[in-house]
Amino acid sequence: MKLYDMPDARGHFGQYGGTFVAETLVEALDELRVMYEKYRHDPEFLAEFAYDLKHFVGRPSPIYHAKRLSDKVGGAQIYLKREDLNHTGAHKINNTIGQALLAKRMGKPRVIAETGAGQHGVATATIAARLGLECVVYMGSEDVKRQAPNVFRMKLLGATVVPVESGSKTLKDALNEAMRDWVTNVHNTFYIIGTVAGPHPYPMMVRDFQSVIGTEAKVQMMEMAGRQPDAVVACVGGGSNAMGIFYPYIDVPNVRLIGVEAAGHGLETGMHAAPLTANSPVGVLHGNRTYLMQDADGNIIETHSVSAGLDYPGVGPEHAWLKDIKRAEYVAITDDEAMAAFHNLCRTEGIIPALESSHALAYAEKLAKTMRKDEIVLVNLSGRGDKDINTVAKLANITL
Amino acid sequence: MSRIQATFKTLKQQGKTALIPYITAGDPHPKHTVDLMHTLVKNGADMIELGIPFSDPMADGPVIQRASERALVHKVGLTAVLEMVKAFRQMDQTTPIILMGYANPIEAIGAVNFADRAKSADVDGVITVDYPPEECGEFVKELRARDIDPVFLLSPTTEPSRVDLIVNQASGFVYYVSLKGVTGAANLDIAEVSQRVAGIRQQTNLPVGVGFGIRDASTAKATAAIADAVVVGSRMVQVIEASNNENLLSNVATLMQELKTAVDAAVKR
Repeated sequence: MKLYDMPDARGHFGQYGGTFVAETLVEALDELRVMYEKYRHDPEFLAEFAYDLKHFVGRPSPIYHAKRLSDKVGGAQIYLKREDLNHTGAHKINNTIGQALLAKRMGKPRVIAETGAGQHGVATATIAARLGLECVVYMGSEDVKRQAPNVFRMKLLGATVVPVESGSKTLKDALNEAMRDWVTNVHNTFYIIGTVAGPHPYPMMVRDFQSVIGTEAKVQMMEMAGRQPDAVVACVGGGSNAMGIFYPYIDVPNVRLIGVEAAGHGLETGMHAAPLTANSPVGVLHGNRTYLMQDADGNIIETHSVSAGLDYPGVGPEHAWLKDIKRAEYVAITDDEAMAAFHNLCRTEGIIPALESSHALAYAEKLAKTMRKDEIVLVNLSGRGDKDINTVAKLANITL
Repeated sequence: MSRIQATFKTLKQQGKTALIPYITAGDPHPKHTVDLMHTLVKNGADMIELGIPFSDPMADGPVIQRASERALVHKVGLTAVLEMVKAFRQMDQTTPIILMGYANPIEAIGAVNFADRAKSADVDGVITVDYPPEECGEFVKELRARDIDPVFLLSPTTEPSRVDLIVNQASGFVYYVSLKGVTGAANLDIAEVSQRVAGIRQQTNLPVGVGFGIRDASTAKATAAIADAVVVGSRMVQVIEASNNENLLSNVATLMQELKTAVDAAVKR
């Protein structure tokens, strides 16, 4: 059997991915590509990365058998990969540590990042503080308002948060602004992208750093259940937590990989963030070719999701590829379904999940119902929901 | 010979440097664009760079992004831009028009379809900011098959080996971006630009245009001395932004005259 071996040397996953950037960025990306090639298999680099994952993040994150939830749903056994227990509360920290260690080796004293909900911004500010790097985080001014606690966290950690006023004032605009900073300050600056998107080598590099999730899960499932799950379910915005848990399973037969996008108010309303499930046209944005929510003129359209972390018009190119080759399946969950799953996990298992992860939980419940009791669904619980309490309270008309 | 090539040839015989203003199509309102284009030509534009509005112009600074946003309010997309070029051509069949934009609007209608429609609108050149040569082989083929010049950017960080790769794909001219950073940034270092342009000339016979950071008579004059074309974008768009319906054309004409005088006064090195 031919093992999965993507992307190609230029970052292509079939027709997806690539390096669609202005000439001013080509040199910086070449430098990054060369340095990442140099260190991705370097034992010393990997040892330092593993050390921080263990002692700073608290890895391995456990796998937890959600028995009461499974019984309540009445079908397959639901297991949770507990990325919510990581330092800073989500999977994002895995990748920021990898990239920050690379920045240090490349002699870049300044790191920048884009953030939507603020989780990637907090994770970047955290590792920047730990390594003594200057840190600037770009965040859409709408998101700055919606995510005030995370803005304060970043500031406590010594980062500068720059509100972005252009375009829709959300994640994609923050990404545009971070790219602009990078073009201007490339001599001393490392751009830490938070998801498996962007120009090569980012989709591959972020996937590699996040694949610790799936690598651990494969070992832990054998310990816990004596076998691998029948299905692995993860939410997909840009898609980094999903790629992290999917990637080590791609070559494992009989394990379904299911990515859950945000259906927002419903796919039929157009107010969603589910380019794969909705079969959006293929296009080029933020340095890579992928499925993209756009109008007939090729302009990017505004997305909607109750979860800021899934509110992105594109998706990582490797997901586009896995959809086309049918190795992974993609489905979408509405705001309401995600909220129901959020409350369900709180009350049944004593775990407050992130709204992003609640999309994966909602689909896992649907799926588990159709399966036998001796089958297993593994959900990547990518983050905890403390950051979302204001959103949840507002939806329930509760004043905190 | 394409219109762009012919224009450069004529200017070279006259010992002159081309002045290429940039405006975003549909800014400040689609009803002004064709008039603005004629005003640019009347006041010294040798060619026009016409921006295709895009929702996410990553390589542009805030000035040109705002121009895109103003145009997009009026739903000015690629189709509307091509219609504007057609309308311009009713009165002007000689001034080269170079479209400048991002890959996605082109991908949305497909490379072949775009090339056909650009040809029928009588477009002369296309700059696609986020299509580096490695990613746009088919697109370049389609353009060149229709005698449309694919124009590429070179930057201060472009290594000589890449310059070779790029000039082999390009025709019409190459566009040296004279600054690190986005459009509209400050700090033009003429000595450094001069040295880089000289290096590029050793690798290609294509004319070399210079842009990014040219904002007044003195920077235009200094650049004209070393380049085959001077591109003025953000400054032009700033003047448009600061104008109203009454003084729009006259303000643009005034800036163009100032730049034209400066470019023509440059002593070629």
